[in-house]
Order: sequence, then C-alpha cells, then structure tokens
Amino acid sequence: MSHPFAFAGHALQARPSGALYWPERRWLVVADLHLGKSERLARRGGSLLPPYEVLATLDRLEAEIVATDPAAVISLGDGFDDDAAALALSDMLCDRLRGMAWGRRWIWVSGNHDPSPVCLRLPGETVDELADGLVLRHQAGQGPDVSGHFHPCVRLAGDRRRCFLVGRDHLILPAFGAYTGGLAIDSQALAALVPQGLAIACGTRALPMPVGTVRQAGRSGRHA
Amino acid sequence: MTLPPEFSDWFARKGWQPHPHQLDLLEAQGDTLLIAPTGGGKTLAGFLPSLVALRDGHKGLHTLYVSPLKALTADIARNLARPVAELDLPIRVEDRTGDTRTSQRARQRVDPPQILLTTPESLALMLSYEQAPQIFGSLRRVVLDELHALAENKRGDQLMLGLARLRTLAPGLTATGLSATVEDPQALADFMGGAAIIHADPGPDPDIAMLATARPAPWSGGGGHYAIPEVLAEIKQARTTIIFINTRAQAELFFQALWAANDDNLPIGLHHGSLARDARQRVEAAMAAGELRAVVATGSLDLGIDWGSVDLVIQIGAPKNVKRLVQRIGRANHRYNAPSRARIVPANRFEVIECVAALEAVYEHDLDGEPRGPGPLDVLCQHILLTACAGPFDAGALFAEVRTAGPYRSLSRAQFDDCLEFAATGGYALRAYDRWQRLMERDGLWRLRDPRAVRELRMNVGTIVEAEMLKVRFRGRGGNLLGEVEEGFAATLIKGDTFLIGGQTVRYEGLRELVVEVTKQPTRQPRIAVYSGLKLATSTQLSHRVQALIGDPSRHSVLPPDTADWLALQARVSTLPQPGVLLSESFPHRGQWHFALYGFAGRHALQTLGLLMTKTMEDAGLGPLGFLATDYALWIWSLDPVTDPEPLLDRDALRAGLGDWLAGNAVMKWTFKNVAVISGLIQRNMPGGRKSGKQATFSTDILYDTLRRYDPDHLLLRITATEARRGLVDFDRIEDMLDQHPRHDHRMLDRVTPLAAPLLLEYGRVPITGQGRERLAEAEAATLMAEAGLT
Repeated sequence: MSHPFAFAGHALQARPSGALYWPERRWLVVADLHLGKSERLARRGGSLLPPYEVLATLDRLEAEIVATDPAAVISLGDGFDDDAAALALSDMLCDRLRGMAWGRRWIWVSGNHDPSPVCLRLPGETVDELADGLVLRHQAGQGPDVSGHFHPCVRLAGDRRRCFLVGRDHLILPAFGAYTGGLAIDSQALAALVPQGLAIACGTRALPMPVGTVRQAGRSGRHA
Repeated sequence: MTLPPEFSDWFARKGWQPHPHQLDLLEAQGDTLLIAPTGGGKTLAGFLPSLVALRDGHKGLHTLYVSPLKALTADIARNLARPVAELDLPIRVEDRTGDTRTSQRARQRVDPPQILLTTPESLALMLSYEQAPQIFGSLRRVVLDELHALAENKRGDQLMLGLARLRTLAPGLTATGLSATVEDPQALADFMGGAAIIHADPGPDPDIAMLATARPAPWSGGGGHYAIPEVLAEIKQARTTIIFINTRAQAELFFQALWAANDDNLPIGLHHGSLARDARQRVEAAMAAGELRAVVATGSLDLGIDWGSVDLVIQIGAPKNVKRLVQRIGRANHRYNAPSRARIVPANRFEVIECVAALEAVYEHDLDGEPRGPGPLDVLCQHILLTACAGPFDAGALFAEVRTAGPYRSLSRAQFDDCLEFAATGGYALRAYDRWQRLMERDGLWRLRDPRAVRELRMNVGTIVEAEMLKVRFRGRGGNLLGEVEEGFAATLIKGDTFLIGGQTVRYEGLRELVVEVTKQPTRQPRIAVYSGLKLATSTQLSHRVQALIGDPSRHSVLPPDTADWLALQARVSTLPQPGVLLSESFPHRGQWHFALYGFAGRHALQTLGLLMTKTMEDAGLGPLGFLATDYALWIWSLDPVTDPEPLLDRDALRAGLGDWLAGNAVMKWTFKNVAVISGLIQRNMPGGRKSGKQATFSTDILYDTLRRYDPDHLLLRITATEARRGLVDFDRIEDMLDQHPRHDHRMLDRVTPLAAPLLLEYGRVPITGQGRERLAEAEAATLMAEAGLT
C-alpha cells in the first residue's frame, strides 16, 4: 500500500517498493538503480558477486511499471554503476529495457556514477536535471527538489529498511537497485538536509514515521 | 632421540624429573599426537625434540608452533627463553601473529628464526607469500598446541590445509599434536592426517561434586544466584577460584550479585569476551600475580595461560557438555599429581538432573563429542585463492595435496573442481564473468588474473566471522571504553534503557559514530543484558544420559529429594519420558492449549523443530501463538489442541519445510553470511566499507535472497544447507531424535503437568504472528507518529 504525501505543493505517493509516483503527471521516479554493479566490481578485480542484480532490479521495476502504467519513467541518477557498465549490459537486458520503455517517455538523469549520456542500445534521453513543476536531480541542491544519491535507510522494529526522506526543502528517494546499501537518516549528511520531517519506510507497506524527534535519534542504527 | 646429558643435568638442577610422556615424545618417530591433562607439561614435551635437535644449530626455520591464542604464543616465548639461555642453545624464538609489527614480519620473511610461534590465520597468511617456499623449505617440525580446541571449528580445517601445504614445501617434516583429554583420540589423529598416539598418565580422578546449598535450585531461570552464600564460602576457603558461567550476560549478573554479598571485600574479577581488551588483560595480569581470589568468567578462559595458583573451579549452570566440563575442571590444579577440585551449581531444577548425569559421566570417563563432518568447502575455496596468491598452481597437484589433509581425505575431484570454479568465475549458472575471472588457467597453471587482487584476498584470511561489534563508552570527551556489544543488541536499545557491562549498570544515551554512548546509572536495575550471543546446546550423549536418568525411577535416589519428588509427581499425573518413546502432552491452561514435547535434542534442534511444527500447525488451522525451546523440551501454545503429534513430526514434511520455508529464516541467512565471508564471495573488510561511504555496502541477506531466486543450486547455497544440518539449525539432531524414539506416547491431560510447569516460567518465547514483523513495525511506526503528535 502506497503512502500519499505532499511535497512542495504537489500530491505524491511513496510506493512500498521505493519508487515515487506522481499521479498528476503519471510519472514513475526511481533513484539509484546501480545497474551493472556486480560487473563493475568484477572488472576492477573485486568480488564476483551473483551476477543477477540487473535481472532482479529490472524484475522489480517492471512490476512497478505494470502496476502504475506511467507516462514517463525517470531514473534519478546512478542508473548505472558506471558508464562502462551501461555498455557491458547484455543484448537481452537492453531489449528488455526497450520493451519496458515502449509507449512512454524514459529519462535518465545523470548521476555521479553515470555522468555521460547512455548508449544507443538503450531507450530514452539523458538530462542533467529536470525542472518541470518539480526539480528532479541526482543529488540534493537548492530546494525544493527531489533527489536520490544517499540511499536513506531507517531502523524499524529491529529491521533495517530503505526509506523516503521528506523534509521541507528536500525529498530524498531510497535506492531502488538490488545491490545497494544504505545510509542511516540520522547520519550527518542526511540530518543536515532533512533535520525534521517524515521518513517513509519501504517493505510490504509504506510506513511513515517522524524524523528529528529526540527518540528517533537514538533508534535508527547505522548498518552496513 | 634420547635426552642428552646436558638436558638431564638441566632438569636435575631445576629439581625436575622429565615426565614419561615427554621422553616418549622425544623417542617417537614420525607424526605423533600427545594426549595429556592440563598441567602435564604438554608444551615442554612438544618442544623438547626441537631443543635437542637444535643443539648443533640449524639454518633457517626449524620448528613452527601453532596455537589458537595469540596470548599463548607470547607466554610460550617467555617460557622457552629460560632453557634456551641456560643451556646456551643457538636458537632464536620469535612470534608472528596479527600483533607483530610490519618491520618484524618483513625481516622474518628474509631471515626466519629457528622457532616461530604463530596462529592458524597467520600461518595461512604466510603461506600466501611468494617467498613461502624459501621460508618453510628448511622446516623440520610442526607443533600444534590445543589441537582439541582447534579441531572444533573451521580454524582446524584451515590449519590442516596449511599443514598439507607445509608437507609439500618441506618434505619429511614431522607434526606433533598436543591435546587435552578427548573422547576419540583416533579421530583427532586422523584429523592430523594420521599420527601415533601417546597417552600421558591422566593423573588422579578429580574431586568434583555438586555444591551443597541451603536453598534448593529454583524451578526455572539460569542465574544460579540462590547459591551466592555457598559460592562465597568456597572462595574464602580456596586460594584462587575460577567461576565459569555459560553466557556473558549471566556472568555480568552473577558478578554483580556476588559483589553485593561480598562483605569481606574479597578481590573478585570479571572476564568475558565483551569486555574491552584492556580490562581483560588487567584481570589476566592480576590473576597471574596472584592478586585475585576469584574471577567470574565465560568460555573466554577455557583456553589460555596456566595459572598455578588456581585450586578450585566452580561451574554455574549445567555444563552442557561433559568434555568441556572435564577440561574446565583441569584448570584447577597445576600440580600434576593432585586431584583437581571442582563444584557444580545447577541453575534450576531441570539442570539438577543434568548436573547429576554429567558427574556420573565424568566418573565413568565417558566423554562426549559430535563426530566431525568432512572438511567444509568454504574453507577450501579460501585456501585455493590464497594458494594462487603465492603463485601459479597445477589443479591436479593441489587436489592431491588437499587430500592429504585429514578433514579432506575423502574429498572428490568433482567437489574440488566446484570450489576451483567458484574461486575462478564465481561458479554461477549465468556465465557473466568470463572476461573478469578471478583465476585463470594458462599453460596448464591456475593464476590470479589481476595480481592486485592479492591484497584484498590476504585481508580476508581466516575462518572466524565475528558479529559486528560496537564499542561502548561513557558519554563525553575521552569517555572510558567499557567494552563491546553486538550491533543487533545495540539496535534494540532505546534511550534510557539500562544494561550491565563491566559489572556496572549503565544507561543508553545514543549511538554516535558507531559508538554506543552510555552514562552511569548505579541505582537503576539493569534491563536483562542479552548481548551474550549464542547459547550452547547440551550434547547428544549428555541428553541421552539425562533422559535415561529421568526414565528410571529406581535411580532417582541419586537426585536431591525435592527433585526426586518432582519426578515422582510427574509419574503419577502423567508419565516419565522413557528412552525409545517420544513423550508429548497436551493440556489446557488459562484459556489456551499447550503442547509439550520431551525430545531431549538440544535447544538448537528443538528451536528449529518449533519453527517447523508451528508452521504446519498454522496450515492445519490450530492457531499456534508461540513456542519455546529448551535443551530437553519444546513447548507450543495454541488456540486449538494438538491431539495427534505424529503428522506434525512427519520426517518428509519436516525436511520439505527445512528446504523451503526455513530457508528464509534469519539463522540460515546468518549461516550464509559466514560461508560468504570465508569462501571469499565478500570481503570482511570491504574496501570503502564501514567507516566511509556507507551507501556503498549492503547486507549479505540481499545476496542470499538473490541466489536463492536466480541460482538455487549455487555452491554456496549447498554449503549453507550442509552447515544447517548441524550448528544452529541442527537438523541432524531432529532426525536423530526421530530415530532414537520410534514410538510416540501422546497424553491428553486436564492441567499443567509437573514436568511442563518449569517451561511456562522460562524466558525466550518465540511469538508466532503470521505477518509478525510487519505488524510489529506498523505498531511501532504508529506509536512514534502518535508520540510526535502526528497521525
């Protein structure tokens, strides 16, 4: 079940998957897919992680697209773990992405991991940021804006969950990619951006909880 | 070899007489395993052949000594210094552990000492150096200390793989294993790859008994606090006492209770693995100096430096395992021919029976122990990667070498190839890394594709995977370090919670930069400290003894009268569990139905059985509400009664549940994490991990779920499933329980039975809430919103 909330005068929905839906525009926004992360680690001589994270991420994204039938899909930066990872994507996965993009707009906002425009095998256009009613960019800047980058997480009933972070100036999305860690919402970087507001935890349902009260500060543990 | 005259003279000057087993070991040819009780001069026995052989000098490394503890290597270095100096032997003795300085390590690689003292992890690291053939080429002897302890876990498997490597690098070397008393010396000799066994004189039987107390043991709980007056009286009479307690939390609570009653201010210390290293070392030093009258300790003192002054061991709580009890008792008495003195304090009524059964086993010299399984494959994966760090290798030759290691003697080529494939490509069904293989074969030899990987692989050496620990400090600048708690425990704390650490009650203030900040709170009662990690399960043999004792009323006279009366009442009201019969009872109590199964299978197996049975009960519509597992019994409460337990205990259904539903369980994920770290799938110190960009790292649970979904037959999932048959899941013992109890005896009763009553008082209930986690999370989120005035 999604959680409806207002940000900068717009009615939005936090989906339990970690995707943001904007009903008025029929936009589906996902941040930090980090496609190709396992390939990049392997290329750099690191661990050979199970090479299924693109598959797992696309399975989840496809389910979101089926559920919302959006007019536009926006990847809010770090869609790929690096530019080379986009090039290394198999033909099969490229076909699948094109299928998912068919009949709708597809926008790749550049992130710090994937600064260059995506290759021709992939659908959609690349932009540095999007200012259309709301400002959408990878990393929070002059608010109000919608961004990703930090992978916010919150601790709830002994469990660590990805979460949306909703403040006055910034709406920060959780990472959507399968192999992504998280940064606790009371960490310095996140507390500076959203000192007070709402965290909406992902899971079976989207669960809102307050941020910036005394009790909360003690409870959200950091976790690797 | 015989003892040369200058050595005999040296012994004589000291007023010592060599023990017969020390001379036996000197004369032995080939590999040997010495079994000797604590205080039997094992270590000197192990070094004597080296000291004698080194009289005439030796170029390069001659003897490698491996022990499970860094502290032991330092102690041994000091002890060896004396004979080396006094006999004027041309020997340099050095240690090489994780604490050794980098400059010293570098020098040891170029100019090794004659005797090098190390740990299994440091050995594995040294074997990964390109210079390993030069360092170890001159090696003549390997001494493996406390081998019984090393053989209990994967450190031993890694050590045996290292030994196999050493035998290749230094053909003809001899290995000497030193072990405390074990149940199956031949199995330990096989573990070494075969060795002649030398038994030292076991010495006189220990003086061991239950501690007589004014008050009987309580019905439930595990603190043993009822015995405080008698324990203090024993401490007063003894010179130095070690008080062993099974968990850290209980040790903290007992220590506090002991001091509350310590009117004479006897110096009593505390020692357990959660304390800061400084605090532990202070206690150890005070013990060594004879300044303490007693120390309250956990397994952290099971091994270690011998303190000659200890003359009494008190075990609080059931020993769980006869062998460990005997080894603990051995820590009292370091005069070889005097009996060790020990007293046992059962923590509750059920443990009284276990303690009596354990004492009988000690007197009958009937030690227990689970037979060792074949060498685990995650350790082999790590070994293959580290071998590649030292240089290119031939797969066939490495396979042959690995098979000379005891734990891997029946390894198949297919299993080896699976591990090699994993090390090289990740071993995935989807072949994604052909360009980026970690190892590749060229000219018939396997080598690292990218030599830069060496650093990362070496950082990952070892088989000990610790839970993430967080430091605990007093709040404020330069606050004192009190110790460490597991991250999972820290996550449950709410500001204002109180818990015990280092013998004092503290108040949780918050988490800052990965440090748990606390303030002093001397007046408040602590919240139960549950940062203790995992509890041990009672061994199979001891459980069988307990069951046999309960089931035979003619032997109840050996029990304290209150315990015997309790069992007599159970026999009248229901019946006593008998060997061969699986007894269960159903009875109503306070509007719910209760089901008790007396399986005597240990807490891990019964916990797993609880998870599986309640799932089946949920499917059958019986409305299970929760369960609790002890070492002896499983108790489930539900809305509707269990009238026939047999379908719930169907072996095939249980197996299916294990593979399917339990696979998502936290214990399985925890098992997988260990396998993933040891095998090298993930780094324990992920570069850029904990300290910096946290968003770069993610939990292994994600990898586990991904593999289960997309590659269910992957090697690491197979290793995880194998491990689940033992350890925390312990499914083998469920099967063993069904084998041992072919008959079922289910009783429908109208009220709580005497045997079941203590269960209802135990802690550690596991609630079953279908959508449990989710409901809990919703409730917590709602509370937070309400508290903040939001809805």
